[in-house]
Amino acid sequence: MKKLITILLLICSLMTVSAQYPDGKQLLDRIDRNMSSENRIFTSSMIIYGRRTTHTVKMKTWTAGEKKSFTEYLFPAREQGTKMLKLEDQLWIFSPSTDRIIQIAGHMLRQSVMGSDLSYEDLMEDNRLQGQYDAMVTGTEVIDGNQCWVVELKAVVPEIAYQGMKLWVDQEKNIPLREEMYAKSGTLLKRTELSDVQRIGNRWYPRKILFRDMLRDGKGTEFLIEDIEFNVPIPEYIFSKASLKK
Amino acid sequence: MIRFLFKGLIRDRNRSLLPFLVTTIGVMLTVVFHAWITGVINNSIEFSARFSSGHVKITTQAYADNAAQTPNDLAIMGADTLLEAVAAAFPEMDFASRIYFAGLIDVPDSTGETRAQGPAIGIAIDLLSGNNEEKERMNIPSSLRRGRLPATGKEALLSDEFAGKLGISPGETFTLVGTSMLGELTMYNFILSGTVEFGTTALDRGTLIADLSDVREALNMADAAGEVLGFFRSGVYSDGDASAVSERFNNKYFAEDDEFSPVMKTLSMQSNMGFLVEYSGKLQNILIAVFILAMSLILWNAGLLGGLRRYGEFGMRLAIGEEKGHVYKTMLLESLIIGFFASVTGLAVGMLIAFYLQEKGVDLGMMMKNASIMMPRVFRAQITPWTWVAGFIPGFLSTQIGTMLAGAGIYKRQTAQLFKELES
Repeated sequence: MKKLITILLLICSLMTVSAQYPDGKQLLDRIDRNMSSENRIFTSSMIIYGRRTTHTVKMKTWTAGEKKSFTEYLFPAREQGTKMLKLEDQLWIFSPSTDRIIQIAGHMLRQSVMGSDLSYEDLMEDNRLQGQYDAMVTGTEVIDGNQCWVVELKAVVPEIAYQGMKLWVDQEKNIPLREEMYAKSGTLLKRTELSDVQRIGNRWYPRKILFRDMLRDGKGTEFLIEDIEFNVPIPEYIFSKASLKK
Repeated sequence: MIRFLFKGLIRDRNRSLLPFLVTTIGVMLTVVFHAWITGVINNSIEFSARFSSGHVKITTQAYADNAAQTPNDLAIMGADTLLEAVAAAFPEMDFASRIYFAGLIDVPDSTGETRAQGPAIGIAIDLLSGNNEEKERMNIPSSLRRGRLPATGKEALLSDEFAGKLGISPGETFTLVGTSMLGELTMYNFILSGTVEFGTTALDRGTLIADLSDVREALNMADAAGEVLGFFRSGVYSDGDASAVSERFNNKYFAEDDEFSPVMKTLSMQSNMGFLVEYSGKLQNILIAVFILAMSLILWNAGLLGGLRRYGEFGMRLAIGEEKGHVYKTMLLESLIIGFFASVTGLAVGMLIAFYLQEKGVDLGMMMKNASIMMPRVFRAQITPWTWVAGFIPGFLSTQIGTMLAGAGIYKRQTAQLFKELES
């Protein structure tokens, strides 16, 4: 009898703890409402801390939905005028010094951008988490004084850069403050630290993200959002190959 | 005495023909085999030195640890200053900066869109400074198949087979898509000045050769070089001398706590070349020992057969009072004469074959179709002073040892039994 009561109490306590955690799907929706948008235009800097040197790249990016993105490099002088257009899973790069447009596709999209810890997919995609991942809140942790949900994500679509993710989501602002991205094998591929979370319109958004590619040497890449606008009209011609040479 | 024995050998061919043929064939095989193996090993070492390892190579420590990936982000900075310093410190050597890199060759059509693409391995060397050493070292002028050598900046060479696959001809423009020293994606236009064919599968599959200054610009590597190669002015690699140079350099420049400090490695310390260098040195001894052993066993058997056939003759000679030692000595003298003439004949035939293989070579390209290592496609034999010795000395020794072993039976003959044996 004692055993039965103990088991019942244990089940009840587990159910109580579980009930305290938000539903994974709802949490992803709240994150997406902060992090994703119909379209956006932003100017950013990447400070790339290499094994030997540190260099900075500045760029302006136009993104519409999840499949269209256009980026123009503004700095350094050597890269100024280089443009990238991504439509679906194809990427075209225009180099003004050669006056050539080269197409990149497939696994090349997972290569580093300008020697940084970001891949072309990381930089140019704005995928919503909901619909791509199943999520389960597994606990709570404190990150830099902020109470966070620990959320484990598993991909539900096959063609996705990261098959698994683990997020530490600020319980108050519904913004991930730390992310870990995993391959299908369970290998940790990348880790990010999101900070300087600011109110922009009706959403919270991190202005600073430290990316660490865990498969290479280096001290990571700081991705700084200098200026960002959400849901502003972007002319369709921006996302055409013709705009690369303009 | 020798004349008497010589006449005996000529008149009784059963006594001399088999040992003569066996020794001749053995010496011939040894000479050809020795020249061939020496040639193959030295071809490989020299080819590797010219195209990849140098007689010594300077890189940063971090680069050396990942040398197979040619990590140009870990290249030597201030390479020109280092080059001047080592040239002054080691006047017995020539030094040259090189950059090895990987990239994509993209050939545009008339509208600038991609017409053809292919992965390339790039080698940046000094092509335009007016110093022809690097061009000659890599046999570029004699490897030219179409077009001409680069004469100005932004001109480059592609391997002939690769250019054919891409459908590009001299005078046309192509774009190198690569990764800079900082990891940036870079694009750089070259005009194809000509095509080359080295006769090496790994190089002919897809190689781009361009001037160092152009590649430095393309890969954002100002005053940097992936590798600085050193070559003995004598043109011959000496492991002892290279080790001494390397030790002097490393004592001065190497800093254990700085992964970007330069380190010098000798050819034998690089990518399994040590095995080849060491093997090359021991080759003659191995070959001679194997030959002597094998031939002695064969000639021992031949001697035993001859001994059986001449059983009666030896018995008669002993019966009429000839000393056992004298019979044994005459046998050894006979074998010395056979050994001399067989060795000379074997050496002559072997040298002719070795000379042919040295001049013409053998194209083993088909066997190395998918080889990823840099090896010449045409291998040539190499006749060295040791090749003469390699055949001649064991040719003599094996006949002597064979006869010594076979002739030992003479001392077992009992004089008292000889007449009984003769009667029967």
